[in-house]
Amino acid sequence: MSDIWQTTSLVEGGVTEGGAGSAAATLRASVLEKTDAAEQAVLAPQDCGAWPADMRAALAARIARLNGEEQVAQRYAARQQGQDYAWLADPAQDGRDKGLVEVITFMDKVARAPKDIARVDIERLKASGTTDADIVRLCELNAFLAYQLRLVAGLKLMAGTAE
Amino acid sequence: MTENVVHKFTRTVPRWLPRVAPVKLEDATEAQLSALQVTPSNTKVSDYVLVLAHDVESLAVRSPLFNAIMYDEGGLSRAERELGALGASIVNRCIYCAAVHAARHAQLENSTEVTDALFANGAEADLSPRDRAIFDFARKLSACPSEADASDMAALQEAGFDEAEILDLILSTALFGWANRLMHVLGDPVRRSDAA
Repeated sequence: MSDIWQTTSLVEGGVTEGGAGSAAATLRASVLEKTDAAEQAVLAPQDCGAWPADMRAALAARIARLNGEEQVAQRYAARQQGQDYAWLADPAQDGRDKGLVEVITFMDKVARAPKDIARVDIERLKASGTTDADIVRLCELNAFLAYQLRLVAGLKLMAGTAE
Repeated sequence: MTENVVHKFTRTVPRWLPRVAPVKLEDATEAQLSALQVTPSNTKVSDYVLVLAHDVESLAVRSPLFNAIMYDEGGLSRAERELGALGASIVNRCIYCAAVHAARHAQLENSTEVTDALFANGAEADLSPRDRAIFDFARKLSACPSEADASDMAALQEAGFDEAEILDLILSTALFGWANRLMHVLGDPVRRSDAA
């Protein structure tokens, strides 16, 4: 059994062993372990497809910032080994000069306003040369982050550590 | 085709029409077959799961996590977890997820009263104090960034939720931030009668 108290969700949510929320977290230890496994599967999978681990970490930091979670953003960004994608972690960068504008426009929209996504958004990604498998990979990364960032936001309220 | 897409919330579960090509079972790798839980006696796999099989590492960890959050014993009741899922799905306008989880809620409660009210009046629906606290929290937590604050947490506590129940509500709501971003982004909900 992994140490749930060291997982991103509990550390960033401010839930510590014996503190507020810890009994509930212990009841759901299995969920927290599975959450940790999912974090690994989207941020550093064995098969990254077109999106290397450093790019995933930078995108994760970007999406954390779109969610107002600066500390989580820094945690995701610290996973990067190099600096090739570091610029991506800044939501002000649109990727226009890096050939990634379609990918970034899509990721920002899925993170911020998934209700507004339509078939045309997927068609634009395909037209930019993104394969079906790589589209699914982008969605899983974005979708997992939506989950973890909301789990962290909720845990902070439970633990009484929300800013 | 476009005119057959369902845009209104309903408990009638639509057909899900993928926007990317599902993995073909005959082309699936060993890892994909394992994550799809395909066996000689179980070869029926939905298009949705076949689309997710493109990212097999995520699929393999997501299904057990999903089941643990929605079905593990203790904590929040099954119906109230469905209400958290529904709150997220309404914010994210995931017609398919909203239909599935509204239908489950109605089945578990043996009543369509709550989901009828939510589909008719949204955030203004007339709800019991407990359901009101759940729905408001789920709706606000589903925004980007989250709009849930200490007053929403206090409202849950005042409505009688204990810590384990509140964590389950956070989890089921957050989980549909995930599920909606797959289901609503990767496919269209279409009327069943149009199924080919």
